[in-house]
Amino acid sequence: MSLRYLASRLAQGLLVLWIAFTFSFFLLYWLPGDPVITMLGAGGELQSFDPAEVARLRAEFNLDQPLPIQYLLALLAVVRLDFGTSIQAGTPVTEAIAAALPPTLALAALALGLALAVGIVIAVAATLTRRPWLRDTLAALPGLGVALPTFWVGLMLLQVFSFRFPLFPAVGTGSPAAIVLPAVTLAIPLSAIIAQVLFRSLQNAWIQPFVTTFHASGYTRLRLLLRQALPVALLPALTMGGVLFGQALAGSVVVENVFSRQGLGRLAQTAVTGQDIPLVQGIVLFAAAVFVLVNLITDLLYPLLDPRLRAARRKFESTTGHTLAEAADRENATAGVNPAGSTAESASTTTEGGRS
Amino acid sequence: MTTISSPAAPTRSPQRRSHFALAVLAAGSLLLAGCSGSAQAEDEDATPQDGGTLKIAYDVDPTCLDGQQQGTNVTLNVTRQITDSLTDQDPETQEIKPWLAESWDVSDDAKTFTFHLRDGVKFQDGTDFTSASVKENFEAIQDLGAKASLGQTYLDGLKSIETPDKQTVTFTFDKSNAQFLQATSTMSLGFYSSDTLAKSPEERCTGDIVGTGPFQVKSFEHNKSIELARFDDYDWPSSIAEHEGPAHLDGIEFSIVPEASVRNGSLLSGQVDVDFSVQSQDEKTLEAQGLGIASRPNPGVVYNLVPKLTGNIAKDKSVRQALVKGIDRDQLQSVISQHQAPATSVLAKSTPEYEDLSDLLAYDPDGAKRLLDDAGWKPGDDGIRVKNGKKLSTTLTYWQDAPFLELVQQQLREIGFDLKLEKKTTAEVTAQQAEGKEELTFGNLTRADGDVLRNYFGVDEQNGNARKKKEKLDDILARTTSTLDEKERTADFTKAAKILIDEGYSIPIVELSGVIGTGKNVHDFKYEASSRFQLYDTWLDGER
Repeated sequence: MSLRYLASRLAQGLLVLWIAFTFSFFLLYWLPGDPVITMLGAGGELQSFDPAEVARLRAEFNLDQPLPIQYLLALLAVVRLDFGTSIQAGTPVTEAIAAALPPTLALAALALGLALAVGIVIAVAATLTRRPWLRDTLAALPGLGVALPTFWVGLMLLQVFSFRFPLFPAVGTGSPAAIVLPAVTLAIPLSAIIAQVLFRSLQNAWIQPFVTTFHASGYTRLRLLLRQALPVALLPALTMGGVLFGQALAGSVVVENVFSRQGLGRLAQTAVTGQDIPLVQGIVLFAAAVFVLVNLITDLLYPLLDPRLRAARRKFESTTGHTLAEAADRENATAGVNPAGSTAESASTTTEGGRS
Repeated sequence: MTTISSPAAPTRSPQRRSHFALAVLAAGSLLLAGCSGSAQAEDEDATPQDGGTLKIAYDVDPTCLDGQQQGTNVTLNVTRQITDSLTDQDPETQEIKPWLAESWDVSDDAKTFTFHLRDGVKFQDGTDFTSASVKENFEAIQDLGAKASLGQTYLDGLKSIETPDKQTVTFTFDKSNAQFLQATSTMSLGFYSSDTLAKSPEERCTGDIVGTGPFQVKSFEHNKSIELARFDDYDWPSSIAEHEGPAHLDGIEFSIVPEASVRNGSLLSGQVDVDFSVQSQDEKTLEAQGLGIASRPNPGVVYNLVPKLTGNIAKDKSVRQALVKGIDRDQLQSVISQHQAPATSVLAKSTPEYEDLSDLLAYDPDGAKRLLDDAGWKPGDDGIRVKNGKKLSTTLTYWQDAPFLELVQQQLREIGFDLKLEKKTTAEVTAQQAEGKEELTFGNLTRADGDVLRNYFGVDEQNGNARKKKEKLDDILARTTSTLDEKERTADFTKAAKILIDEGYSIPIVELSGVIGTGKNVHDFKYEASSRFQLYDTWLDGER
């Protein structure tokens, strides 16, 4: 793993963070509303504001400065890893995020695990079956999973499994059982993405010559699929780590609200409605940083898992000196499983998922 | 009207000595006594049981637990359980009754207030509550400035606080301030220990507060829960409480449940005991299942439209008067909760100085049309009136959950007034109102004292109408600050309310009432005078 490659990827990551910061800063700035008035007028009922006091608070949050200065001050603070304090709650932004993170992580991890299991089962079953109607039905499931509104699914699950049959608590993060329904709700769109991508790449792997060879030498379909085709097909699914993470985070906004769970999604939602600028920016930066990190890790892991890429990189770097990213692209284009196609597929699934 | 799920019990506690001849609120109290009732047929003789944790589902996170700073219902409902006040206001009779102060004297000009404190009161950290505690708390509220959203209006003009001895504290204002006595009954002027006051406002927001109240903060996690635990040494309840000693409940747990259907389902399935915000479509279900509904109109200024005289349309008195006449308030009942009522004055019925002015608010579309015709607003092709090429049309931005505004919109269209509605976030609306460019604003203001009129409309106060100069209205409102005679105050506030309606300064629509659902196991769930809850007497029976 060359250091140069790592450095360039880190630089790219920082660029993404800077763009996320800048974009969210100006977006929040141009939203109608005044955070200080919002903070003072939190009661909503008519209240008078002492102009001197408003001015003092505006100065406290640097809101009295011209826009470019505000931007530079905010950027400088972030560079020094100072994310400020939440306007609404008065706690440091880092503390607020740290407090909200564990329940969201637990939820996302469980949902991803579930989604992976369900996604694999659907894709494998759809590939294996010889009955066209079953294959078509299974292949249509991911579309349905993505189309079902998370909000609605959550409320239905609550109606049945909490209100009618009191199997799980409806509210909160208190007991271990409380995580089950939210995780299932969040897992549905995630498993749909996984199943769809996996099904496509399994179909691709299925028509590879090595499959025919193995088949000819007496392997059963199931064994062949699980032992030979699935590992190959799972690789492109790995590249979706970032996409799945983004989907899980977006889904948590809805799921955490429906299930009254504390967490990052809930925090983001209240911060946006309360125009808590430092907190919103903290969350945006945090999400962007994790996104960058997840993508970096998948890209670094990829060649380790796929021997063809490892060999290609060695050969490529010794002759050209181009970065691995380009090499990987080229390699993917020639690799049997056609990950480029899968990536395009995953991108289109994301846009569908975004609507849910 | 005043429906409280518990038996509306009369005051049984011994009446304490009072130097000050308490002004009895004749008119207001009679009216209120007449309209109070109980939603649940409960066994009056049921003996309260100790123990259990009351689970309350809140709709929004209080963001800050410090009631000296925040003015939201969700915050104040929590603060009321943690802190006590100098006085208490009887929600039935509206009288000011002893609490941490056993008695008080008020000077004739209502500038000097002396309170004689109860002995033996302690904060939850074991320190003594004395006159020095009162002084340092009120000074701290003054120091909070604009952050003490309600406290700063209550203490407006406070010149000095003297503490001649441990049990006596004297407040001197630089002008008459009759509303101060009622203000001392609010949780916004509740008390914290010295240690708490030494903390920053932000730290206090996180729930790091120690009061003298029957419950203490155990934990506060944003968007999750607020846990309160009983303060076992508590022995200084308000004189209107029904028992003595510590509270019945072991604790109170507020969980934040933003989804209305989830709150409702949780209440019906017994996972929570109280749904803080019942949607009107769910009321019937709850009642059919035999669950309790608690509701009490918020006292103070009702939900009303407030024209700004700086506006091109709103400056026309005929238009304002036409708006008053053009709303069919009885018809609004069909779209609001059955526990909520159309406005019958600028003040809600639960305000001590309320008088029924519904005659002035009668629906009179023909009268409204005539006024507009005479003022030169002629119907255009689309039915919307026009004058000098200008349309009788404006946009109202609001954040409240107020679906009845859509019916108001239809009703006003009948008289040729085009009211465009734009629902936005609180943040956007408050900022827009601060700019002051709109023709109409929409809102309410909760306070169990008629002074709320002076605060909302007074030209030197919030001046809701953006009026330029003093007029008769302001003289009347100023007069109310110098007397504690409730008859006089009621007469003056009623005069003020009449002017507000006649001039079209206020276009009252409906009263604000929170509707709360309570489980069958919840008893004596009570409201205090400003319609926030008081859970000291509340108890749970074993059954669900």
